[in-house]
Amino acid sequence: MTRMERRNTRNGLLFASPYIVGFVVFILYPLGASLYYSFCQYNVIMPPAWVGLENFHELFFQDPLFWKALYNTVYFAVFSVPLSLAFSLSLALLLNQKLRGMAVYRTLFFLPSIVPIVASAVLWLWVLNPESGLINGMLRQFLGVEGPGWIADEHWAKPSLVVMSLWAVGGAMVIFLAGLADVPETLYEVADIDGAGRWAKFRHVTLPMLTPTILFNLIMGLIGAFQYFTQVYVMTGGKGGPVDSTMFYALYLYRNSFYYLRMGYASAMAWLLFVVILAATLLLLTTSKRWVHYHGE
Amino acid sequence: MANKLTVKWKAHTVLMLASLLFLVPFLWMFSTSLKHESRIFPKPGEPPQWIPTTEKLDEEGRRLVTYNGEDGVEVGREENGRFVLQVGEKTLAVWPEDFEVQQKVGLHWMNYVDAFRQMDFIQNLRNTLFICVSYVLGTVCASSLVAYSFARIPWKGRNLLFVLVLSTMMLPYQVTLIPLFAVYSKLGWVGTFKPLIAPAFFGVPFYIFLLRQFFMGIPQDLSAAARIDGCNEFGIYWRVIMPLSKPALATTALFTFLFEWGDFLFPLVYLQDERQYTLALALQQFQSQHASAWGPLMAMSTVITVPIIIVFFFTQKTFIQGITLTGLKG
Repeated sequence: MTRMERRNTRNGLLFASPYIVGFVVFILYPLGASLYYSFCQYNVIMPPAWVGLENFHELFFQDPLFWKALYNTVYFAVFSVPLSLAFSLSLALLLNQKLRGMAVYRTLFFLPSIVPIVASAVLWLWVLNPESGLINGMLRQFLGVEGPGWIADEHWAKPSLVVMSLWAVGGAMVIFLAGLADVPETLYEVADIDGAGRWAKFRHVTLPMLTPTILFNLIMGLIGAFQYFTQVYVMTGGKGGPVDSTMFYALYLYRNSFYYLRMGYASAMAWLLFVVILAATLLLLTTSKRWVHYHGE
Repeated sequence: MANKLTVKWKAHTVLMLASLLFLVPFLWMFSTSLKHESRIFPKPGEPPQWIPTTEKLDEEGRRLVTYNGEDGVEVGREENGRFVLQVGEKTLAVWPEDFEVQQKVGLHWMNYVDAFRQMDFIQNLRNTLFICVSYVLGTVCASSLVAYSFARIPWKGRNLLFVLVLSTMMLPYQVTLIPLFAVYSKLGWVGTFKPLIAPAFFGVPFYIFLLRQFFMGIPQDLSAAARIDGCNEFGIYWRVIMPLSKPALATTALFTFLFEWGDFLFPLVYLQDERQYTLALALQQFQSQHASAWGPLMAMSTVITVPIIIVFFFTQKTFIQGITLTGLKG
C-alpha cells in the first residue's frame, strides 16, 4: 500500500464512519436481537425468556388472526400494486405529450402523494362516509343509487383502501415520466418508417423500453403494500375493523408489540415479513431477466 | 390542422377531468372545514353541498323564509311544531316542511378556532418543527459525509459498503423497531424526541444514495486543484463539493422535511405525553376522540396540508429532479 492509498483508506473510513457506526447500532444489532427475540417470550419489562419455536408454532397453527392479516395484506397487494402500476403509467403517458400546461397537470396529479398520510386518511374517512360522504352523496345525486358502506362495511373496506391508494400514485408516476423521457426519439422515428400506429409504438417501443422502470415501481409498490400501516391505523382507530377485514399484517404486528406487549411474538412476525419481502423481491429480480429489457444490451 | 386541434382539445379534456379527480377530495376537505355542524350532514335527499351556507337573518336576528314563492320572516313557534311566519301582511302557522329558510354563503371559520383550541396547536407545531429541523440538519450533515466517502475517495471496500447501504433500504422497519424500542426504553429515551432524531445523525441510506449520485457528477479536476492548493480532504468536502451541491442538498432537506412533517408511526411509538405530540399524531388522536367532529377535523387536516402544498408549489422542480435522480439512474 502506498502512502496515498493508506491515506485514502483512512479518510474513506473516517467520512463513512457515521454510517458504519449507525449500521452497527441501528441495523446489525437490532437485526440480531430481533431474531433472538423471535424465539423468546419478551415484554420489554422482563428479560427475554427462550421458548424455542413456540412463537412460530403459535403463528402458524393457533392464530387465525395471523392468517387473516396475511390474507388481507396479500389481497391488498394483489389489487393495489398492479392497478397502481397501470394507473400511474397511464397518467405518465397522458403527461408525456408535448402540450402546454403539462407542469400544472403534473403538479395536480402529484399533490395527493405529498400530503401527510394522517391528513389524507382522515379526509378519505369523510369522503367515504356512508351517510354524508362525498362519494355516496354523488352516487345519490347523479345515479340515484345508494352506495355501499365503504370503509364501514366488512366486504367493501379493502376495495375502499385500494381505491384510496390509487389517489396517491404520484411518486410512481413521476418515475415513469423520467423513464419515458429516456426512451430514444430515434426508436419512434424507425417505428414511423415501418408504418407503426400508436398502439404498435406503445406495445413494441415504449413498453419494452420502460420495463426497468416497471420492475423498479413493482418492487417498491410491493414492499410498500406489505408494510401498509398508517392509513388503516388512522381509519380504523388501530382496530383493523370491521370484523378484522382491514387487519393488515403491519397493524397486527404493531398491536402485538405495543397493545399486548408480545414483543417476541411480534419479532417472529417481523422476521417472517422480512423473509417474505426478500423472497418476493428476489423472485421478481430473477424472473425479470425474462421480461426486462436494458438499454445497453 | 383541424384534426390536430381536436386531438389537442381531447387531450386537455382528459387531463382536466383527471385533475378534477385528484383535486375533488381536497376541495371537499376545504369546503367541509368551513361548514357549520348543521350543514355537514345533509338532510335525506339533498345533494352534497360544495359552498357552505348559513341562514339569512334580518336585523332583529329573525330567520328570513320563503313560503309559496313569497318572502317572509319567522316570528315564532307553536307548541305543536308549526312555525309562525309573517308573509307580507299575513301571519300564518306553517309546518317546517312547507316553507324554506333562505340561505346565503356563510363560511364557518370557528372550526379552525375549535380545532386549534382542542389540539394545543402551537405546541404541536413547535414539536413538529423541532423534530423536522433537527432531522434535516442531521441528515444533511451525516449523509453528505458518507456520500462523499463513496463518491470522491477511492478506497478499497467502498463499493461493498455502498451495496450494504442500498440493501438496507429494502429492510422493513418492523425488524429493527422492537430491539430499538427496548434499547431506547433502557436509556430512558422513550417519551422524548431523541429516538426520532438520533438516527438522522448516522446517515440515511436513501439520501446517501441521492447525494452520492450527485457528487459523482462533479469533475475530479476540481478536487485535484484544491489539493494542489493545500486543501485536505475535509477542506475539499466543505469548500468545494458542498457549495457545488446546493441543489442536491436542497432536495435532501426538502424530502426529509416533508417526510418528517407527516411521519406518524415513530411519533406514535415513542411519544407519550400529549405535550410532545407532533401535528400528525395530534390530528390522529383528535380524530380518535371526536370521530364525527368533521368540521374541526377537516379544518385541522387543511392546516396540516396547506403548508406542504405551498412548499411543494415553490420547490417542485427540485422535487421532481430529486425523484428522477434516485428513481432510475441507479
